[in-house]
Amino acid sequence: MTNKNTVLQAIDICKDFYDPVKIRVLNHVSFNILKGEFISIIGKSGCGKSTLLYILSTMDTVYDGDILLNGNSLKNRSNADLAKVRNESIGFVFQFHYLLAEFNVLHNIMLPALKLNKFSRQEIEHRAMERLRQLGVEDQALKMPGQLSGGQKQRIAIARALINDPAIIMGDEPTGNLDKYNSDLVFDLLSKLTHEFGQTMLIVTHDNDFARRTDRIIEMQDGKIISENQVV
Amino acid sequence: MKPGLNLIIAWGLLRARVKQSVVAGVGVTFGIAMFITLTGFMTGLNDLLDGLIINRTAHVRLYNEVKPAIKQPIEYVQKYDHPKHFISSIKPKEHGKEIYDAPRIMESISKDPRVSGVAPKVVTQVFFNAGEIEIAGVVNGIDVLEEDRLFAFSDNVLEGQAIDLDHVSNSIFLGKGLADKMLVKKGDVIQVSTPRGDFVLLKIVGLFQVGLADFDNTQSYTSMETIQKLLGKPASYITDIQVKLNNIEDAPDMAKEFANIYHTDAVDIQTANAQFETGTDVRNIISFAVSIVLLIVAGFGIYNILNMMIYEKMDSIAIMKATGFSGSDVKQVFLFLSMIIGVSGGIAGLLLGFTLSSIVDNIPFVTAALPKINTFPVNFNPVYYGIGIVFALVTTYIAGLFPARKASHIDPVIIIRGK
Ligand SMILES: Nc1ncnc2c1ncn2[C@@H]1O[C@H](COP(=O)(O)OP(=O)(O)OP(=O)(O)O)[C@@H](O)[C@H]1O
Ligand SMILES: [Mg+2]
Repeated sequence: MTNKNTVLQAIDICKDFYDPVKIRVLNHVSFNILKGEFISIIGKSGCGKSTLLYILSTMDTVYDGDILLNGNSLKNRSNADLAKVRNESIGFVFQFHYLLAEFNVLHNIMLPALKLNKFSRQEIEHRAMERLRQLGVEDQALKMPGQLSGGQKQRIAIARALINDPAIIMGDEPTGNLDKYNSDLVFDLLSKLTHEFGQTMLIVTHDNDFARRTDRIIEMQDGKIISENQVV
Repeated sequence: MKPGLNLIIAWGLLRARVKQSVVAGVGVTFGIAMFITLTGFMTGLNDLLDGLIINRTAHVRLYNEVKPAIKQPIEYVQKYDHPKHFISSIKPKEHGKEIYDAPRIMESISKDPRVSGVAPKVVTQVFFNAGEIEIAGVVNGIDVLEEDRLFAFSDNVLEGQAIDLDHVSNSIFLGKGLADKMLVKKGDVIQVSTPRGDFVLLKIVGLFQVGLADFDNTQSYTSMETIQKLLGKPASYITDIQVKLNNIEDAPDMAKEFANIYHTDAVDIQTANAQFETGTDVRNIISFAVSIVLLIVAGFGIYNILNMMIYEKMDSIAIMKATGFSGSDVKQVFLFLSMIIGVSGGIAGLLLGFTLSSIVDNIPFVTAALPKINTFPVNFNPVYYGIGIVFALVTTYIAGLFPARKASHIDPVIIIRGK
């Protein structure tokens, strides 16, 4: 199954909640993500999609099984270490934008890169502007998040996820809060990012139209993967 | 780790909450300002009162107490070595107050490197005759120049020139209270009767006031020559040797040492004025206690605003963690927040404290007891400003630590799932 193009590998992931009785939310979930793939995860509400994403993104560390990111295990790593992994290699887009209200758009995008501290400040600013241009919102750079529309905010959030050239972008219903027009716009942007720039992407969605336009659909039910269909 | 970035984030969060931050900072400002003002005032007062004692009295005083011989003459007789003695009535001799060989002792003490000066003194009880009545008093014969140099005699002079005691023969300086009682003023001549029963006329060349009623109501000063003449004693007659030290802390040890070497009595300033030390300590404790209470209150203010901010900023904390900021980054952000409030509040507090101190320093404070003081005494010692800012930093650090730790432990998954 593995090959050198594998970006992320989920190996036999199990997750239980105790609320107060033991509920199995993820049940032996395994799959691979190849470089440049655009994958969607679908399934009924409560089937464990978000839970899986939180585990894959290293934010949730309480699970059984293992995750390999570019071949390196993410199991038994310190929190500071995992924070570094997220900073460097994982971009996240949520249903809610989570922009910091105190900082302007440009600064919001720059923060993860400033944290990574790999490029100079000017370079980071230049790269942030580039991302804004890719997403067609460069004219919003100096606005505060409160002054933007929902679709614009979500595009800023995507720009922030892209800033450190992550190995993978994960999205949890990134278009869930948007109307049809904006949701199509965001989808087009995401697919452009994969097809033109080879960005690997794993997106949870409820929207079957959206899913049908991705490369591969992973369908879940009751904490298990029930089908993995290559879209043709 | 990049503290600069965390500081920028802290600053951003703070700017969005200017009002509450200012309120929290003002708490610190008041705490520090009160500390500066209170300690400045209290220690100013302490220094003033200490100055009354420390700069104007001998650090070690050598004298001869009038007392019976420790070994009664009969004990020297071998024959009566063991039996119980009941003859113990040999009274002290009249010249018991004189320090034997005083000039040589003074010369020897003044060579001690720990000593900054030595001045002789002759003290005697007298009666001042004012009309019908006789008022008991004390005449101190002093070496005017040395007394002035070592014990700031001139600071207490209300009227006249201290040096006139040397220039005018048979002259005297009276305590203000004593002069008031006798209804005499500078230029008058008064009659003094000595312990031997002689009557002498002395000219009043000035008045003094040290601020201690007991002292001002009974004491007077004259020159060594005059008092020796008054008592019919030779120029070597000295009853007290006053020693001023370079380091006042040496006084108790040196008093014992001198008493041993020169076979006199010796008392140190600490023993003679124990009550002043206590007063100083109590005032210091009060000002520190009040300031600490104020700062604790300020600390709670900071704790509150940070807690509130953390609840408001849950989302921001969650996304920071999701995008790669570690728990310790988040903790640092909130600690910076707290410290910004603490530092700016503290600096404002120092300025306000300085302003208040300056105002207090200019408030008129006129009291008959302290003739040379016109305004409240205030100490502007920078050490207290240093302590103040350290206080502010420590308080805000501790107040910020708990909320910051809480923030660092926030689980982003719980926040994000809750949306
Ligand atoms: N902290 C928790 N304690 C107990 N049970 C939980 C907890 N978090 C999630 N669950 C349960 O785990 C299951 C999976 O939740 P999850 O959020 O992953 O579903 P989902 O597939 O993302 O659903 P949706 O499409 O509605 O977002 C649900 O049944 C949920 O009730
Ligand atoms: Mg979900």
